[in-house]
Amino acid sequence: MLGYFLRRVLAAIPVMLVVALFVFLLLRLSPGDPAAIIAGDMASPEQLAAIRESLGLNQPLYRQFFVWIWQLLHGDFSTSLMAHTPVLHMIGQRLEPTLSLALVAIVFTIVISVPLGVLAAWTHGTWVDKLVMSTSVLGFSIPVFVIGYVLITVFALDLKWLPVQGFRSIADGIGPFAQRIVLPALTLSSVYVALVARMTRASMLEVLGEDYIRTARAKGLAETHVLFRHALRNAMIPILTVIGTGFALMISGVVVTESVFNIPGLGRLIVDAVLARDYPVIQGMILLTSGVYVVINLLIDLSYAISDPRIRY
Amino acid sequence: MKLRPSRELFARLLLPVGLVAALNAPVSQAAEKTLHAVMSSSLRVLDPIATTAQITRNHGYMIYDTLIGMDEHFVPKPQMADWTLSPDGLTYTFTLRDGLLWHDGKPVTATDCVASLKRWAHFDIGGQLMMKYTSSIVATNDKTITLTLAKPFGYVLQLLAKPSSVAAFMMPERVANIPDGKPITDYTGSGPFVFVAKEFDPGNRVVYEKFKQYVPRKEPASGTAGGKVVNVDRVEWINMPDRMTAINALSSGDVDFIEQLPIDLLPVVQADEHLKSGVLSKLGSMTGGRMNFLYPPFDNPDIRRAALLALSQKDVLNALVGNPEYFKQCASVFGCGTTLETEAGGESLTSGGNLEAAKALLKKAGYDGTPVVIMQPTDVPSQAPQPVVAAQALRKAGFVVDLQPMDWQTLVSRRANQNPPAQGGWNLFFTYWNAETIWNPVVNPMLDGSGQKGAWFGWPTDPQMNQLRIDFATATEPAKQKEIAVEIQKRAMDQVAYIPLGQYYDVAAWNSHISHLMTGPSTVFWNVEKTD
Repeated sequence: MLGYFLRRVLAAIPVMLVVALFVFLLLRLSPGDPAAIIAGDMASPEQLAAIRESLGLNQPLYRQFFVWIWQLLHGDFSTSLMAHTPVLHMIGQRLEPTLSLALVAIVFTIVISVPLGVLAAWTHGTWVDKLVMSTSVLGFSIPVFVIGYVLITVFALDLKWLPVQGFRSIADGIGPFAQRIVLPALTLSSVYVALVARMTRASMLEVLGEDYIRTARAKGLAETHVLFRHALRNAMIPILTVIGTGFALMISGVVVTESVFNIPGLGRLIVDAVLARDYPVIQGMILLTSGVYVVINLLIDLSYAISDPRIRY
Repeated sequence: MKLRPSRELFARLLLPVGLVAALNAPVSQAAEKTLHAVMSSSLRVLDPIATTAQITRNHGYMIYDTLIGMDEHFVPKPQMADWTLSPDGLTYTFTLRDGLLWHDGKPVTATDCVASLKRWAHFDIGGQLMMKYTSSIVATNDKTITLTLAKPFGYVLQLLAKPSSVAAFMMPERVANIPDGKPITDYTGSGPFVFVAKEFDPGNRVVYEKFKQYVPRKEPASGTAGGKVVNVDRVEWINMPDRMTAINALSSGDVDFIEQLPIDLLPVVQADEHLKSGVLSKLGSMTGGRMNFLYPPFDNPDIRRAALLALSQKDVLNALVGNPEYFKQCASVFGCGTTLETEAGGESLTSGGNLEAAKALLKKAGYDGTPVVIMQPTDVPSQAPQPVVAAQALRKAGFVVDLQPMDWQTLVSRRANQNPPAQGGWNLFFTYWNAETIWNPVVNPMLDGSGQKGAWFGWPTDPQMNQLRIDFATATEPAKQKEIAVEIQKRAMDQVAYIPLGQYYDVAAWNSHISHLMTGPSTVFWNVEKTD
């Protein structure tokens, strides 16, 4: 297992280098001029040239790239062109909100969708199955921001049970944190609940037809025991894959939910950076996101060994 | 250990009750009074001298002060300094008032102000012109700044007082002397608020605290002049990209003020009895189209005139704003409601366009079907509709139009490209200006006829216009300035320096516990009161 883990980590290094090169070139070759954004509409060509020089943007591309890689190797993600704040610091400020949102959303996803998927498979062909599946279609179809607005209207504006917007760190207390994370997490999880419920149902249906399930029932085991101890465990591999990739997608796709609920997370950070052509922030965020995908894929693969004792690395 | 049934039941009941109580526990309120404002855009650049971004200018008014302010009638008034003018009109003597301190506690000196003025004049279009007429700006003692002109220049006070970017903010000498191109990292000012750098979260939140040692003037606040009395302890600017979320936050009391409300969401605010709305900047903004004078077809003045004839302000404003209560047709290149307002030459724009005249002129000009490349920024709501409306109007008049959607940053980059349209250039784009940015020919960048090397994007070459601008700047009597302004308006319409497409007003919204908001071009937070 350790050898497998180390091989995977080493294999990630060239992947990250390719990502770094690709994102660097894509940004530098795209239209847009950070100096013009910083200086505004009235800047003279001389003022723009001075800004480019102070930011190193007048250097040849290869030199800019190597400077950036050199900084990365020393743990320096460079400084925002706009805010003159270290990129790592900016990412650090935004990490907790996004991670909190994604983690709580994943928990909601698992807690809601897995039992729903099991229920749908167990009652396959009945109205319960159909109801679960049609609800999951709704989850796919309704845009995330619509779900968000509906939840805000009902629970925040009408019932006044929960706040309208914002984020509070867990360090400020579990109560304030939970109050503000519930609605956005439910919103974000809506699509993934639909996805994971359908995947769980499909995977369970495959397993429920197996001989060992018939044997378990024939032995007189309680149905919940059959479903959750035998069937679900064997159906887990594809479900884990979807949950894992879903989590990674959440990290990179939270921007709509963050905007609707005014959560100052990574999604908004990267959208702002793209609109402002803040190259170091964009580069840092994409590298971070790529790293997250690599780590999550590795964790998913390792989790297979936990859920299925037949899998060994 | 299994509890006895009664205790187990009690525990099971207690847990959810406790959980609900914890979830609903009120957050302890800070003792200080904080005003939460949702501004129109996110503050990124913190140097209000090196950028013309409006939000950065507003940030500048929070933490910096100016020698002269401009009251609500756009009259320059003393702020940090009083002034006298020598009988020959060539020497301005500014005397700093008592009690002015930087946020680090050191006194503001004339040396600081001289360095700040020179830095400001280096970046500001009006300041650059002023310096051509200035022989010196010196600190004659700790509290006196002397500005000596080499030749008469009638717009010194207006330039130093203007609220438009770049405003003449005063900074400590060490900050003002920073090399060109380098960002400032020291945000020490002498304004009524202090910037709290350690709480700055770029793109999310900006925090200001009341500067307790600030000595406001005794006069009532008016525009950016008068006494800047701060009645709250803190102001937080919150960035909320989703305006519906901002309105919901305003309704629930999470925020106190929204600087700019989309007009189509105004009914939501008006339906809430706890909320108020209104226009704080009576001058509003002007939208307009700018052509590329370097290449066909708009290198031909008759074709430019034909395009102007084809357009209707009402159509553009209906698409952009929709609610006629918040727009006004205005063909003045200086904006309407300003001192120099005049609409000579713009009659067709304010009367629905003149399509037949446009077609006839286009034919007479020998238009050969060269496509007009129009850049459309799809991600900027204040500039996305104009190109679409204009493209259709121009097509009706007989133009061949190539409407190219792009994001704003791509437009900014491409706008600077002086190549032909087929090689990455352009023929026409639309923009908007706050009225105070274009309200006189000294500061209006679109009236500069310095051509490819010196004019604003579009690069018209118009020596006659430039001479008129110089005549205006050197005139010392308001009546003479007004007379020249009319000539400039006529010249601008004749040459189609740009196409003014109307004036519109941004609507702000606030909670009813907020009062005494200042009106004016810049959103400021002195004078504002917040009751609990």
